[in-house]
Amino acid sequence: MTLAKYLSVAVAALVLLLLHSIDPALAQEAEAAAEAAPPAIDTGDTAWMLTSTAIVLMMTIPGLALFYGGLVRKKNVLSVVMQCFTIACAITIVWLLVGYSLAFTDGGSLNAYIGGLSKAMMAGVTKDAITLTIPETVFFTFQLTFAIITPALIVGAFVDRMKFSAMLLFMVLWSLIVYVPITHWVWGGGFLAGAGVLDFAGGTVVHINAGVAGLVCAIFLGKRYGYGTENMAPHNLVYSVIGASLLWVGWFGFNAGSAVAANSSAGMAMAVTQIATAAAALAWMFIEWIIHKKPSILGIISGAVAGLVAITPASGFVGPMGALWIGIAAGLICFFASTTIKKALGYDDSLDVFGIHGVGGIVGAVLTGVFAVEAIGGKPGMLEGNPGQVLTQIWGITATIVWCAVATFVILIIVNVLLGVRVSQSAEVEGLDINLHGEVVP
Amino acid sequence: MKLVMAIIKPFKLDEVRQALTELGLQGMTVTEVKGYGRQKGHTEIYRGAEYAVNFLPKIKIEVVIPTASVDKAVDAIVAAAKTGQIGDGKIFVVPVEQTVRIRTGETDESAL
Repeated sequence: MTLAKYLSVAVAALVLLLLHSIDPALAQEAEAAAEAAPPAIDTGDTAWMLTSTAIVLMMTIPGLALFYGGLVRKKNVLSVVMQCFTIACAITIVWLLVGYSLAFTDGGSLNAYIGGLSKAMMAGVTKDAITLTIPETVFFTFQLTFAIITPALIVGAFVDRMKFSAMLLFMVLWSLIVYVPITHWVWGGGFLAGAGVLDFAGGTVVHINAGVAGLVCAIFLGKRYGYGTENMAPHNLVYSVIGASLLWVGWFGFNAGSAVAANSSAGMAMAVTQIATAAAALAWMFIEWIIHKKPSILGIISGAVAGLVAITPASGFVGPMGALWIGIAAGLICFFASTTIKKALGYDDSLDVFGIHGVGGIVGAVLTGVFAVEAIGGKPGMLEGNPGQVLTQIWGITATIVWCAVATFVILIIVNVLLGVRVSQSAEVEGLDINLHGEVVP
Repeated sequence: MKLVMAIIKPFKLDEVRQALTELGLQGMTVTEVKGYGRQKGHTEIYRGAEYAVNFLPKIKIEVVIPTASVDKAVDAIVAAAKTGQIGDGKIFVVPVEQTVRIRTGETDESAL
């Protein structure tokens, strides 16, 4: 497909997005309920959220850094780890300055699309400020760890070939222009929350978002030099296994933590997270065993991550059997997306950010609408006679994909004009570690 | 004196070392190498991407031996390194002109 076709599809979808009416009554109802709740700190909730925050940060550093680091060639391992670590630092400052405020405050007349600046530089987020039943400082930091991992996930799409300076500028802009608004749409009282889109822990906000941005980056930067002819096998799968395992453990903070309470909702989110992950890991392993004749460690950990991604929007809304089916579907569909489909379309999404996070996020978001159980999350899904929820989910997916794809593309053009996005061919062949960072793993 | 150069499967190194030590040979030089013979390479698959790996990891042993002991040493290496499977390796024997022990200045067979 040509670039012009991509663009025309994107613009058409954007128009669709703007035409879609929102229901202001729902948003107002939610605001009224929030105002009525008496603010008081619950120490149990706070203890769990402090814990969750710490282990969600662990997902990025060192979890994702090791997962991705092991998958690249040895000459680029430090560049990947460096990118993850730098993103963790840079996004913290972005979040402090304006990110948190734009995501989680009232944006006045623009509130459907973006928050305001009333809490810029953490204004008013004092020691005693409270969000729900926890200190707002904890809520700020918990949400920050999500803001960190989302751009860090994109790194996998352009490993081995992006300039560090361009990566840094891209990530700061992407965080502000893509992550922050979409977070506001879904969790900050924006139009997707108003439309009733279910996204418990970030299947749309984090994973579809990162996956689509990754795909745009992979297409925009082009293939790695030697892709398809040279051996680009992972240099150390043990690192990747450690990283994937840290992601799995950290994901309990991600999903069960998204209850923002130490309660039964968090407990069910934890259980379904474990079930879906195990099911997806086995599904990927078995389908690979059948097709490629051997069960691989890269396969089983890839399946686990696909399951974690897919259960993310659903945790908190589905039960154990729903989780089992979501896991199996994610394992199988992400396997084909990352192997057959990627090969057929010919893009170099190097570490399968789109194939796993994008596709897994879409599978999870749609199936949340199918398997949602009213007794668990208060919302019935298709199996409980509410097929409209699936359409609502698809609306959320579409809005996210359109905004993310268009904005990511524009940001890349700007960064490319200012800095150039890609390293020289000689630097790429020799390796980013020595060329960009002056260090190597011997 | 002869240089006996043996390319063997990595996991056979210890057995070969023991066999040569039992013959009374002192010292050897070992290098991790990559290469292929009739075994050729193998294929690795990562998320559906197949890579042909042409060079397989092997161990190269180099040991200089008095000419009289060469046959026994070669037999010992063959016995210790053989699995019967393709890829067991090869042994090369080449003449050595001179040997010097750096510490004492001893030369040739007394330096071995």
